[in-house]
Amino acid sequence: MSDKHSSWPEWIYIGVVVALLVWVGAEAWNVERLIEHVPEDAETIKVVGQQWFWTFEHEDGTKEIGELHLETGKAYRLEITSTDVTHSFNIHDYVVLLDAVPGRINTVWFAPVEAGVHDIQCREYCGLIHYNMRGTLYVEDPS
Amino acid sequence: MVLELHKPRPIWQIMFSTHHTDVGLLYLITSLGFLFLGGALALAIRAELFFPGSQIIADSMTFNRMFTVHGTTLIFLFILPSASAVGNYFVPIMVRYKDMAYPKLNAIAFWMIPPGGALIWLGFADFTWYATPPYSIISAPGPAADMWIFGLKILGVSSILGAINFVVTILKCKHPDMSIGQVPLLAWSFLSSSLIILVALPTFAAALLMLLTDRLGVSGFFNPTLGGDPIAYAHLFWFTFHPEVYVLVIPAIGMMYEIIPRFSRRPIFSHASGVAAFVILAIVGFSSWAHHMYATGMSFTEKTVFMVGTLAAVPASAMHVFNFLATMWGGRIRFSTPMMWAVGGIALFFSAGAGGVVNSAMPLDFVTHDSYWVVGHFHLFVMGTIAFGTIGYVYYMFPYVTGRMYNEALGKVHFVLAMVGTVMVFFTQHVLGLYGMPRRIYDYPPIPEWIAMNQIATVGAMLIGVSMAIWLGNMIHSSAKGKEANMEDPFGLGGRYYYPHQQKNPHH
Repeated sequence: MSDKHSSWPEWIYIGVVVALLVWVGAEAWNVERLIEHVPEDAETIKVVGQQWFWTFEHEDGTKEIGELHLETGKAYRLEITSTDVTHSFNIHDYVVLLDAVPGRINTVWFAPVEAGVHDIQCREYCGLIHYNMRGTLYVEDPS
Repeated sequence: MVLELHKPRPIWQIMFSTHHTDVGLLYLITSLGFLFLGGALALAIRAELFFPGSQIIADSMTFNRMFTVHGTTLIFLFILPSASAVGNYFVPIMVRYKDMAYPKLNAIAFWMIPPGGALIWLGFADFTWYATPPYSIISAPGPAADMWIFGLKILGVSSILGAINFVVTILKCKHPDMSIGQVPLLAWSFLSSSLIILVALPTFAAALLMLLTDRLGVSGFFNPTLGGDPIAYAHLFWFTFHPEVYVLVIPAIGMMYEIIPRFSRRPIFSHASGVAAFVILAIVGFSSWAHHMYATGMSFTEKTVFMVGTLAAVPASAMHVFNFLATMWGGRIRFSTPMMWAVGGIALFFSAGAGGVVNSAMPLDFVTHDSYWVVGHFHLFVMGTIAFGTIGYVYYMFPYVTGRMYNEALGKVHFVLAMVGTVMVFFTQHVLGLYGMPRRIYDYPPIPEWIAMNQIATVGAMLIGVSMAIWLGNMIHSSAKGKEANMEDPFGLGGRYYYPHQQKNPHH
């Protein structure tokens, strides 16, 4: 079917859209590449989700339920898994988000910068009390 | 005049008919019925979230069942059947054939919807429309979960039968004088979406069976305690349902391609570009499914591949928007009700697409994933684009179906309330997501920003509810008592721009 008008405005428009998308994609690729690089001195915390609470195990073996105490100035590597159904571990203030999948260990890292209290929540539907599968992150200055 | 339902007939003549307009009418009434049912659930969910704490819904299980059935209903029992309704009415006329290629198959495909819908509503499952494993295997209460699986199975087969029918009707039954390039864009939209269904849906059909046998305990495909992997289900599910997103949206775009040129009183800017965008979307739509799964622990490489695949689908959608705007540019636009819905739908389609680019960028997805941002984002597609296009088209076909005109003033009130409501609900939900509120939660802590934005969203939802009640009243009243439509030109556009039924058709 022949259209009787010039099509160059559409080509320019598509060019602009494609250029924008390339920019978004390249920028996203670059940022993600940097933030996925785990520092070598990061301390490991084992995070386990189960219906409907979070447990944490520090490198020295101390365990916490529903609360996580971390120190500023250190990097932490979270090894996240689940013992029953899929959950999603989320500290929204630090953009820490990763699924806790039974049978898998997923790894994410972050470094708290200042002392404070932050919410921990489950962000993947996991049943009856999903809405209240919450915890608290306490970031403290090293003593 | 085939489209006319002017002479009242006994209801069983319509129910047992295989004629394409009768089947189309059955699809239309069924899908609108489910729209109101699913919408009522949405209003209850919004009312519950108006304040933290328990409001009108007794417990979280009931809430979880409600959002599951809300999503399942509106996708499978409203959007898909309402598209089939429009396709049944108009595709045979547009390709100048007497009926669908397989009329009996057509009726069978429709009659699978009521039992499928009944299974979903009587079961009232709670495991989200994604049927998230291993929750759906080891934790979700039966028989609701099993009824949902069987319901979806039936609806899936119905979709496949409908898709076969559209493909054959368009490719094999079109008038010999008509080249494939001359097929109108609405029919092209059904050709592309039907082809997507045929490629994508069998994968989910297999996953559903595997889910069922897992629930019965005889297999462990997605059950980690038996060596399975829930992530495998995620791949199978999204391999079907990301392309399915295009199945849902493409017919609505096709409907806008009917409305926009006619009410702009100009031919479409570029027919070829519309066809190309449909075809590109149908192919590229298959390259992006795992962008739903960045947070499942995918590798950097996997995420990069699916981000690129996702971004690749954007130019085709942008071509549609350009085509609409270029058609309206310099046109003598008449803002009758269908045109208002179509233009509103295009604006919201653009917003939804822009938000989608944000989701696809890997680092940003970890802000938005499974938060209310995502709820706002996809509702701008399903409500803002698809429901808006469909509702506009229902207004547009109203005189052809009933032989009468709807009340134009009420139609405009419906649009304005729904548009304001949609912006209030779904734009606000984007911001709510940035504040970190997870989706699918029955109750939330009293964080002031969360409360404020939930309340704005609930008020918006109630506006939509009121507008839909006005619409229902308008349709029922006008179909019986509305003034007679001038069937040559019901919208008073002037005779130069043809209506679909005025095409030369050897059979009609």
